[in-house]
Amino acid sequence: MNINRTDALDMVREAISRVVPDADFAALGPDDAFRDALEMDSLDFLSFVEVLSERSGVRIEDEDASRLTTLAGSADFLVARAG
Amino acid sequence: MAEFTMPSLGADMDEGTLLEWLVEPGDLVRKGDPVAVVETAKSTIEVECFETGTLAELLVEPGTTVPVGTPLALIGVPARKPEHPAGEEKPHTTREPRKATQPEVSGRTGDAAKRRAARRAPKNGRPAEPPPLPPDATVPVPTTARQDVHTEAGPLVRHLAEQSGVDLETLHGSGPGGRVTRTDVEEAAAARRPRLRATPLARRLAAEMGVDLAMVRGTGKDSAIRAADVRHGALGPAAEAPSPHVGAPTERPSAERLSRDRGIAMRRAIAGLVSRANRDIPHYYLSTTVDMAAAMEWLHEHNRRSPLGERLLPAALLLKAAALAARDVPELNGSWTDDHFTAGEGVHLGVAVSLRGGGLVAPALHHADTLALPQLMTALKDLVTRARTGRLRGSEVSDATITVTNLGDQGVETVFGVIYPPQVALVGFGRVVDRPCAVDGMLGVRPVVTATLSADHRATDGAVGARYLTAVTHLLQNPEQL
Repeated sequence: MNINRTDALDMVREAISRVVPDADFAALGPDDAFRDALEMDSLDFLSFVEVLSERSGVRIEDEDASRLTTLAGSADFLVARAG
Repeated sequence: MAEFTMPSLGADMDEGTLLEWLVEPGDLVRKGDPVAVVETAKSTIEVECFETGTLAELLVEPGTTVPVGTPLALIGVPARKPEHPAGEEKPHTTREPRKATQPEVSGRTGDAAKRRAARRAPKNGRPAEPPPLPPDATVPVPTTARQDVHTEAGPLVRHLAEQSGVDLETLHGSGPGGRVTRTDVEEAAAARRPRLRATPLARRLAAEMGVDLAMVRGTGKDSAIRAADVRHGALGPAAEAPSPHVGAPTERPSAERLSRDRGIAMRRAIAGLVSRANRDIPHYYLSTTVDMAAAMEWLHEHNRRSPLGERLLPAALLLKAAALAARDVPELNGSWTDDHFTAGEGVHLGVAVSLRGGGLVAPALHHADTLALPQLMTALKDLVTRARTGRLRGSEVSDATITVTNLGDQGVETVFGVIYPPQVALVGFGRVVDRPCAVDGMLGVRPVVTATLSADHRATDGAVGARYLTAVTHLLQNPEQL
């Protein structure tokens, strides 16, 4: 399944919102490290990965965590991996 | 007639406040059913019944603080014909306290069959039972309508509504039969609040400390409220202004004072406990570096081929190894009371959970040594969530036989902890880090973790402690057997 970048970004935001219900994306830049900005711990991050993988259909491995630090990076990752 | 008394929920508890009854006279209660909600200095806990019978009389009103051991209710033991002290009132024979819908991860809740099932569960296989329901699924609960409000809602939901300032009458219940659910209340509460920018940690913290986020000034990006702001808002005035600030325009002084008192009480409870531990327990400390290459490789491989819900964190492996090692070295698994050691019945692994409001709780994962890793992971998620936002069970806060503190998330490599009395050992894990290591005469970079043991020298000597850490090390070299 192909994912365009706009959809990818939506999926990332949605996954974050599931874990952090009131994350404020207006305050979160595309290159901000959201895990720090939103003070997500390792259990929160695991939930984020679970939701993102479920929504996008993209398998996300442990090793991919380093590519999921920013909104832009996460969206790029989904586009690359889905295509 | 049996007395249900205020239980001791940990060595640091002298008294507790009865917040809420989950049952009423005439109800059938079974051993292990949660029957009351008790607030201690450290947390709010659902207390389980010790008896099976019919609840005859409630002796203590909600809101009352009583010492440990005070009778709270009378329970008619049903060997005889059920008796109804309340005269013509009939027992609600079919009422089931929320037991049936509660996620069952604890062992000593009277449901021995489930515990046995858990023990029979195949190692490393799929869990024998479905994962525990999310907290939302625990409500609504069957309950008899009471009070003057006619909206259908369980006591927990009422309590939540009261706390959030939501009028149940205005809600449209989405549960069965129009019953108001916890989610309904939470959504209504969220809608009432002006939209605030706050980090999840800050929100969690604010909920724990009873701080109104609207009263906190955010210092984060675009004035977002961060955890530190909540802490400052809640505790700052106590430290900075010992006298009541008369001129300060505080709109909600009572709430602020309440949370401050709560923070102070929590700190005092911890202070009392660790002071006692340091005074009474002659600690000895051991440390070793554990090669985590096999464990991390196994973990990544496991996560690659596992369904989403069964992904594991390194913490799950560390906790399981700690539990199995406690079974191997039973001298460290139990309690020291009245000048002698009593071995624990089963390994109930206390897990230190930081509440980050300056607080700490260490609830138990019951029979952690028998849980397959995916089950242990699920139980851990549930326990941490409830420790931070929901409610712990009485058996969880009082049953631990050995405790683990894992500060890896905080970035430190080594932690030597203080033992929780009356336990005799505390295991510490730091962060898994890549370090240069000599392997087979060659220098290589390997992931390692520092495992430590603080142990009670009255109960054991260093040789026993060494055996324990060696067992942990060996277990982590064979992750497929965890």
